[in-house]
Amino acid sequence: MEVTFRIRRQNPDVPGQEKPYWQEFVLRDVDPTDRVLEMLHRIKWEQDGSLSLRRSCAHGVCGSDAMRINGVNRLACKILVRDVGEKVQVEPILGLPVIKDLIVDMEPFFDHYKQVMPFFVNDEALPEDGRERLQTQADREQFDDTTKCILCACCTTACPSFWANGNYVGPAAIVGAHRFIFDTRDQAEKERLDILSEPNGVWRCRTIFNCTPACPRDIEVTKAIGEVKLAIRKGETFGIIQIDEVH
Amino acid sequence: MQVHKHDAIIIGAGGAGLMAALYASKGGADVAVVSKLYPTRSHTGAAQGGIGAALGNLDEDRPIYHTYDTVKGGDYLTDQAAAKILAENAVDAVIELEHMGLPFDRTSEKRISQRRFGGHTRNFGEELVRRACHAADRTGHMILQTLYQQCIKNEVKFFDEFQVVDMIVVGGTVAGVVAIELGTGEFHIFHGKASFFASGGWGRCWSVTSNAHSLTGDGAAIALRRGVPLQDMEFFQFHPTGIYRMGILITEGVRGEGGVLINSQGERFMERYAPSAKDLASRDVVSRAIYLETRAGRSIKNRGYVHLDVRPQTVNRYFAEEGRDRKDFIDEGTVERKLPDILDFCRTYLGVDPVKEPMPVQPTAHYAMGGIPTNVDAEVVIDADGAVMPGAYAAGETACVSVHGANRLGTNSLVDLVVFGRRGGMKVAEYVKGADWTPLPADAGGEIEAEYERIRGGSGKSRPGELRALMQQTMMDNVGVFRTEETLQKGIDDLAELRERFRTDLQIDDKSRVFNTDVMEAWELGCLLDLADVTARTAYERKESRGAHSREDFKKRDDENWMAHSLIYQTGEMSDPSYEAHFDKKVDLSLWEEEIEQGIPEDQQKFRPIERVY
Repeated sequence: MEVTFRIRRQNPDVPGQEKPYWQEFVLRDVDPTDRVLEMLHRIKWEQDGSLSLRRSCAHGVCGSDAMRINGVNRLACKILVRDVGEKVQVEPILGLPVIKDLIVDMEPFFDHYKQVMPFFVNDEALPEDGRERLQTQADREQFDDTTKCILCACCTTACPSFWANGNYVGPAAIVGAHRFIFDTRDQAEKERLDILSEPNGVWRCRTIFNCTPACPRDIEVTKAIGEVKLAIRKGETFGIIQIDEVH
Repeated sequence: MQVHKHDAIIIGAGGAGLMAALYASKGGADVAVVSKLYPTRSHTGAAQGGIGAALGNLDEDRPIYHTYDTVKGGDYLTDQAAAKILAENAVDAVIELEHMGLPFDRTSEKRISQRRFGGHTRNFGEELVRRACHAADRTGHMILQTLYQQCIKNEVKFFDEFQVVDMIVVGGTVAGVVAIELGTGEFHIFHGKASFFASGGWGRCWSVTSNAHSLTGDGAAIALRRGVPLQDMEFFQFHPTGIYRMGILITEGVRGEGGVLINSQGERFMERYAPSAKDLASRDVVSRAIYLETRAGRSIKNRGYVHLDVRPQTVNRYFAEEGRDRKDFIDEGTVERKLPDILDFCRTYLGVDPVKEPMPVQPTAHYAMGGIPTNVDAEVVIDADGAVMPGAYAAGETACVSVHGANRLGTNSLVDLVVFGRRGGMKVAEYVKGADWTPLPADAGGEIEAEYERIRGGSGKSRPGELRALMQQTMMDNVGVFRTEETLQKGIDDLAELRERFRTDLQIDDKSRVFNTDVMEAWELGCLLDLADVTARTAYERKESRGAHSREDFKKRDDENWMAHSLIYQTGEMSDPSYEAHFDKKVDLSLWEEEIEQGIPEDQQKFRPIERVY
């Protein structure tokens, strides 16, 4: 099949290209099962080497190639041509400054992530037998969903609350905090919940739900945010949360 | 050029780099991690099935069994003392990862859960053992995340999206590295007492690979150009189960959970090739079997792939045949729970649901056993006698300790990362306390900047993408699973032609500086071409078959003549390099030698190199 790509481009380093503009590329002999990333590579490798994007693993686990494809945040390597049709519009994710073409400045995103203490805290003595801490598989499963996050920014940059206020920590950071708040081995849930109760914490979430369908890892992002809100409201986190109460 | 000064410069932010950074900084060193990717993009995150450690949480297990499996899996090219350190340190390292918060799956006793993996056995090959500690089928992702999180906690300094492109060597001592800041295109000097390469592999030399686009072997190529030999480059692992045509990895954990390989006749063909371990024989054995089935006309639709079948009815049928306990039988829920990412890949990319249909798989270029030679403390060594290059360190896939020998066992890459990343980090902390600063030469960075400008100015007719695709195809056809003198010569000739075009006929469209991935990819292609070349050359020279290096014109392992590591050196001019391979680095056989000293009769020795049978 033949596919036409319409790509949002910008290069601050080239006179005349400092402002965003659209450029079209036509690709022939496209297989419906080709990944959009492969098509962007074909454009770059066969037609215009200056097309710029981030990518690495090419199978949806490294989180490099988040972009807005036909108006929806996707990883270019995890969406196939058959899912996007013969006319494909590609632009950078929204809410972060564009550096060049499809590459945005990820620093504000990672800064938000670092704000929520996204690391394991447990200062108690280690088990005397020198072995692992114990945890039941049921407790392990409480936070399984949020361990899947690859920090691609698809959720945060799909969130209208984040677009409106870049100081909002955003869904990805809350997912990062959730992974520890609901881990029975961790001891810093209070500090994290205090951080997330601040004005730019979870309460900026208006439950718009854009984040959940944007997630390429199928994390139930809105639900995780809801669980954190509930934990803050109840002032405690373990053993009492009925997921139904959140919605 | 801007100069940054830190005790230790860690190049790469995957598992080995982050582990080294953590331990070097805990040991008091001022550390900077310089990485061309954001740390969480590193390919450690793509590792799926598990990390091997003889915890014995589900089956009786001991580090010495793990050592044995590693040595045998490496077809006896593994350095035995290093393998012992790997297996012993693995236990502490995995426990420590758990203490850092890594969310391993749990047993009913609340301990770390373990699964079977290829080549991992109990009691010196007696039966398969559950040794691979796992977090669903995203163990590498959890290791990468956990280590990055701990680095944030410990306030490790990161230079993200800074690509290291050269190493500064002054009178045989490493004084730092040169990096390009991708966002601006500016060059920076990182002046350090210790430079630690943890920059990953080079699977992108081949057309079908499980490796990320960024795995272009930068660190190994830079080291080779600056006088470090590369060790055992002829040994490159093809993982048997990549998704057909795409190469995306399907973890060995699928077979660990009972999945089987089936040919076009509906036959579980591994029963013929490895009567005992069957589908869980070591990877080189299984990959060759798939190629041989293809040659015999028994691949599916004659297209060079076979089926990997983990449907519960199939798995349970074979479990029943083997007399396994009914409580081991699996259902759809087991597959969904234990292999969620695999199901997701197959459903997304193939429209195949592995719970209901078998997966089409073929061997995929996966892992470099060879690389920058190091000792067990990650110090880079530059000759057959183990002379250390002061200030140079390496760990992870880019390094060659050698614990993997001629073929790496599944899970041992993650073990390698954490064990030797940690040991290296500790060593660096100790080294920088006593070492003096090596002054930078006046022209530091000048040579590589000029090379970059040459590439940027490219106005020929050969796009980097075209040259890369040609290189990948010739490597796949001629330097792949099976090799002969003829194919290897063809590979060497093709590469020479491609290198000439790379030197004289490059076409670069993007002349700007900001985030210039056109020039970046071209420079990376130069690294790949160097590494492809030394791979083909050492493969040509080694006239035997061992582990992943399978010569059809020399089908047997030949311990008498070839029980040695290869070291290949770059000689001649930087712009027109030639190479010299030596096969005089002894394999460490110390565990076997101990058995001889103890008077253990030959038939009871465990570490004597014998023919590998699975």
